Parts: sequence; C-alpha cells; structure tokens
Amino acid sequence: MTRRPYLTLVIILLLVAFAAWVDLSQQIILSNPFNGKALVDKNVPIQLGLDLRGGLQVLLEADLPVTATVSSNDLSTTQQILMNRANALGVSEVVMQSAPPNRIVAQFPGLTNSDQVVAALQETGVLEFVDLGNTPLPEGTVIQTDYRSAAAGPNGIVTLTPTSVASPTPTSAATDTATPAPTASAAATPGATPAATPAPAPTIYHTVMAGTSLATVEVAAGSTVGSTGYVINFTLKPDATTAFGDYTGSHIGQTLAIVLDKKIISAPTINAKIDKGQGYIEGNFTSDSANALAIQLRYGSLPIPVKVVESETVGATLGADSIHRSLFAGIIGLLAVVLFMLLYYRLPGFIADLALISYACISLMLFKLIPVVLSLPGIAGFILGIGMAVDANILIFERLKEEIRAGRTLRQAIDLGWSRAWPSIRDANISTLITCFILFIFGNTFGASMVKGFSITLALGVIVSLFTSIIVTRTYLHVVLDSIKFTEHPRWFGITEGSR
Amino acid sequence: MNLIKYRYLYFAISLLVIIPGVFALIFWGLPLGIDFTGGSLLEVQFKSGTPPTIAQVTSIYSNLSTSTMDISNPEIQPLGTDGLSIRSREMNDATKTKVVTALQTQYGGGQAVVIQDFNQVTASVGAEVARAAALAVVMASFAILIYIWYAFRKVNHPFRFGVAAIIATIHDTLVVLGMGAILGHFLGWQVDSLFLTALLTVIGFSVHDDIVVFDRIRENSNIYRRVDFETVVNHSIVQTMDRSINTQLTVMITLLALALFGGDTIHHFVVILLIGVFSGTYSSIFNASPILVVWENKEWRNWFRRKDESVTTLS
Repeated sequence: MTRRPYLTLVIILLLVAFAAWVDLSQQIILSNPFNGKALVDKNVPIQLGLDLRGGLQVLLEADLPVTATVSSNDLSTTQQILMNRANALGVSEVVMQSAPPNRIVAQFPGLTNSDQVVAALQETGVLEFVDLGNTPLPEGTVIQTDYRSAAAGPNGIVTLTPTSVASPTPTSAATDTATPAPTASAAATPGATPAATPAPAPTIYHTVMAGTSLATVEVAAGSTVGSTGYVINFTLKPDATTAFGDYTGSHIGQTLAIVLDKKIISAPTINAKIDKGQGYIEGNFTSDSANALAIQLRYGSLPIPVKVVESETVGATLGADSIHRSLFAGIIGLLAVVLFMLLYYRLPGFIADLALISYACISLMLFKLIPVVLSLPGIAGFILGIGMAVDANILIFERLKEEIRAGRTLRQAIDLGWSRAWPSIRDANISTLITCFILFIFGNTFGASMVKGFSITLALGVIVSLFTSIIVTRTYLHVVLDSIKFTEHPRWFGITEGSR
Repeated sequence: MNLIKYRYLYFAISLLVIIPGVFALIFWGLPLGIDFTGGSLLEVQFKSGTPPTIAQVTSIYSNLSTSTMDISNPEIQPLGTDGLSIRSREMNDATKTKVVTALQTQYGGGQAVVIQDFNQVTASVGAEVARAAALAVVMASFAILIYIWYAFRKVNHPFRFGVAAIIATIHDTLVVLGMGAILGHFLGWQVDSLFLTALLTVIGFSVHDDIVVFDRIRENSNIYRRVDFETVVNHSIVQTMDRSINTQLTVMITLLALALFGGDTIHHFVVILLIGVFSGTYSSIFNASPILVVWENKEWRNWFRRKDESVTTLS
C-alpha cells in the first residue's frame, strides 16, 4: 500500500465523497446506466431515538409464572400480533423488537397517550370470518366489521344475516338512510337475497363467524383440488357447524375473508358448501406462510399474555432542545480537538484533522445506511468515538516523533511509527469492543435502548476510527510528503532542531 | 525522570479519593434510580416559570394516594428553573393523569404544564436490571482480564498484567461509585442505566490506557533484556506520558463541551464520565504499572517489617 499511496488516496476520496453525499441527502437513487432503471432507491433519513423526537416506549413482559418458559416461537408470534394491533392504531414507524426470553419492546414515536396505546395492545386478538361478497380485497387491508357491534350469538357465532354489503354504489348510499346494523328480524331469515345496504364510509363488512368457533387448525401439503402449495385444514366446534354450512351453501363463489384484528390475512373463495364442520383454506401458500397463518388462526388471542413492566413517555419539546444543544456541544468539542491537534502536531495534526473529518463523514453514512437509531447516549458514543480516533493518531504521531529523534529518515519513521503503534492500538480497541459487546447484550435484554444505542455507536466509532487512523491518515501523510521536503521544514512536524 | 520511585505516594493519593467514597457508599448507599428499584418518575415543566414548592407537590401526591396504590412521600428535585422531577412508587395511568391535572389546575398559573418525561418501572424488573448490571460489570472485567492475559502471553507473567488492569478497573469503579454516592447525597443525583453506561465506558477507557502502557513495557522488555524490571516500567511510563496526557486532553475537551453545552438529559452522564475518565488515566499510569513493579519485587514481604529494613525497596 505504501508504494501506491495515490491509488489508495483515490479510493479513500471516492469513499468519503460517497459518504458525504449520503450524509447530505434524504434519499439516495442510483440508476442502472444500461436501462435507466433505479438500482438503489432508498430513503436515508437520520433515525432519531425517542428521547430526541418524543414518544412512548413500552416494555412488555410475558405475564406467566416465573417458572414457565416462553418459547422463542411464541414470543415472535406475540410480537407479530402486537405489531398488527399497533399498526391498526394508525401510528407510523412503530418499532417492535423482541427481547428474549420473555420481553418485547415497543416504541411509538410521537405518541404520548400511554393509556390508549396500552389498552389497544392488551386487547385480546379477534379472529373473524368476514363476508366480502363478490369483491375480494387484497391481504393486509384493514376493514371494519359488525362483529361485537351487531347480533353476535353465543360462543361468538354471529347469527347469519342476509346482508351482503359488497361494493354498494355511492349513489345508493346518498339516498338510502337506513341503519346499517342488521335487525333481529333480518337475522332470523338466513339465505334471503342480499338487500341494498347503505355504504357509510368506511364500509362495515359482516362477520359470519368468529375464531372462537374453530376447534382445530392444521397445515397439510395440499393437492385436494389441484392446488400445488399448502392448505390449512380446520374443523369447527359442533355448535358452529350447521350455521356455517348454511352460510357457505348459499354463498358459493363469493369471497370469505379471514380477518385478524380487523386486518385481512387471507381472502379465499368459497368453493363448496361446508356442512360437515370441516374445511380448508387454500391460497398461494408456502410451507412457512401456511404455518404462520395457522398459528394466527389458532391463537386469535396472544399465545402468551403480556403485561406492561416499564413505560416511558418523552415530551417532544425536551427532545428538540436536547438535539440542538448536543449538536452544538458536539461541534464545539470537535472544533476544540481539531484546533488542539493542529497546534500541537502541526502538519501531521492537520492531516489527522482531515482524517477526523473523513471519520465523521463515514460514521454518519453508516448510521444512516444501517440504520442506527440515534439517541442522546448514541450521540455521546459517537463523540467518544472521535476521542478514540484521535487517540490512535496521537499514538502514531508520538511514535513518529520518537523514531525521527532516533535518527530515522522521515519515510522510515512513518512506516515504523505505524507498525510499532499498531499492537497497542489493536489491543486497546479490542478491549473497548469487548465492553461494547457486553453493554449491547445488557441493553438488548432489558429494552434499555439508550444503553444499546450507546454501545452500537461506540463500537462503530471504534471500527471506523481504526480504519481512518491506520489507512486514511497514513495515505494522506505519504501523499503530502511527496510534495514537500521534510529537512527544510522540521517545524511543520512539531520537532525543533534541538530535540532531534 | 524516575516516576516509579514514588509509587506508594500514588497509591496513597488513590486511597485518599477512594476511602471517602467507600464511606459514602456504606453510610448513604448508592442512590439507585427507578431503573433499578422500580417506581415512577415524572418530569414536568411549568411554562409560567414558577413551579410549586416541594410541600405543595407532596400534598397532591398524598391526596391521590390510595391504600392499593401508595404514592405518598415522593422525592422531588428541581429541574432547571421551571421544572420538577418527581419520583414516587408505581402509579397507574389514571393516577398519573390526575396528578398532572391537579398540578395544572392548582399551580399552572394559567399556562401549560408540560410532561417532559414519564418513566415507569415495575419493581421486579428493576431488581432484575440491578442484578444484570452488576453481572455486566463483572463480566466485562473478566472478559478483559482474559483478553489481556492472551494479548500479553509472550511476556513474563502475563497473568499479572491482567490482574493489574483489573485492580486499576476496581479503582475506577470505586471512584465512580463513590462519587455517585456523594453526588447522590448532596445533589440528589440518581444512579440509572446511563450511570451504568458511564461506568462501563470508564472501565473500557481505563483498560485502553493500561494497555498502551503495558504494550510499551512488552516492547521494552524485549529491547532492554538486562535492565531491571523497575527501570523498564519507569522508562515505558515516561515514553507514553505525552500520549497519555494528549489523549486525556482531547477526551476531556469533548466531554467538557458536552457537559457545558449539552442537553440536561446527559449532563449527569457526562460529568460522571469526566470523573471516571480522569480516574482511568490516573490509574493506568500510577496504579496499574506500579503494581507490576510491586509484584515483581514481591514488596509485600517488606510491608510489615521494621522501617529500617524496608528502606531499600522504597528508595
């Protein structure tokens, strides 16, 4: 590398330029030169932690006896169901992470009403079979149903009503003012022709049956009706069998959506009357997706009950104030260090400052690309990382001076300085990485996102600082030395004639 | 320059700082925050600029206290000029809303009362976090001991290097914990997750510094094979002194900037770091390496002898 500093220099400069570009943009788009299509199209905002933008963090824990063990499968299923419910709240950028063995961290940026959120999360999950009429809706659509607001019979079976609210025209909604809730008399006449139902916006769909009516759910490699993938077999409890048979018999060819927590997870078509209390759901399932759906069918409610063990609400005003002040402090600190290096180490100091700017650009790029959520301790970790980067440079420069004093030529001194300083830089940084690793595990286990953020940014800082001090500073120094004669300017290195 | 000669003076200075801290720990205890004990922490800002007195807030809390949810006797600290930080036992959301409403109507002064932070931890989680925190510190120390033992395996007695680094680490941990107890007693500071982060960072930095000096000893031991160990260690400390001071300065500069201009939330964190980093540099120069010398000379054999016999080792 030392023989070809210019090639390395070009690579470094390209990297830093790329980093600066990512740092300054909100969105990065790289287009393929051959067909003009976008190769990379990614939003790269700086992700701010709750302490900086305000919001609510909740730590949930399995509400089971201490002796009970929670399988990681159950935990991830619970997390997924909770995520669905959280999304139903209409909050954007909800973050939910499982913290094994038995905890889940949920973050709601911008929310401060913890009562509302916690109530929504702890609600029991509701599985419904919903009549969509002739218009299948895509999976993932959130709909409204009449379950629990209409005539739900015992055991969760909704009495079959003759409604079919499939896409009524807007004009009929404008003229018809009848109440959308099915009346008791209508419910008593199953199989009647669909009535023109008003369409209050949003449409309320009818729930045929609730998940409590399911007895068993199993996944099978299906070929019953020529489908190539997997099917999910289910059986109904006896009291639901007749009602479901009547309903499916009169609605062949229509769509019956399976809805969990008001969100469509599958929308199969009724192929035949299901009167034996057994049925199957087919779709383009893979083994994994069929199993996932089966789990959701089985556990309409959460597989493990959860309780809130910790909650934190941060007001947005505190966050904004903290950002400005910490940024200001960071810039002051950085400038002071830059000045110190320049005054004490002169030319090498100047070069180290350039390397330091490269360090800052590259780190910020990594934070945006990975992405790392920046909290206040995270910023502190970043700034401490600057300290590490400077330390590596100081170690090398002190070594450099010693080697020059020992009578080496400058070029020899640079290479010797690096190779002799390397073991101490390596060992010292590895020990810091060990601490970061332990901090990360601690933070991860307890949902202490602040501790976790700190350990991630500090570890990244250590790794990037190793790169900048060993490769970037050395390359810059070699390139600069090619254009000046050291013997004429010893003072540029902070070496006076007397000390040589 | 013979620095190593005064090693017992350095140890004495360390003890001078550590002993008051240890007494503070014993008599006042560590002011554990709700992260470790469980409870709720409410931080409110009064836009009117005149927050209520401690007695007024205490009476609000006492009035809302019930037999099933006892939140009486909260601990109250001022937060800046217009805010309060109120710590109590756990409360539910409904009670929190009542507290804030009471503060608003009685002491809002016609202007908004803003919740800056509301943190709630159940006692069982708190206790578990405290245990894990202690475990994290112990694990970090142990992992570092193993690593140093490995990294210095080519030196004579690599185990001593690891132990010396751990003793220096214990030194810094005691300084930081002691300061935590003292600051907690006089200024009401709390030991929370951030404090733990600071402590572990200090340990990391301290070991970082130890290793830089140890690395020099490792290198010099190979060059000056005939020189006695004490001289080699002294030479190594002197050689790395410039670097130690300069690195110390740059870290202190950045931390000082954060302490002076950074946000309130990290103020305590940064101050603890400042103390700890200073202690870390001190212990790496004046404790870790001198301990190696003490061990090499097996000086403890002379500690309890009559003075005239021990003169030779002390000079």
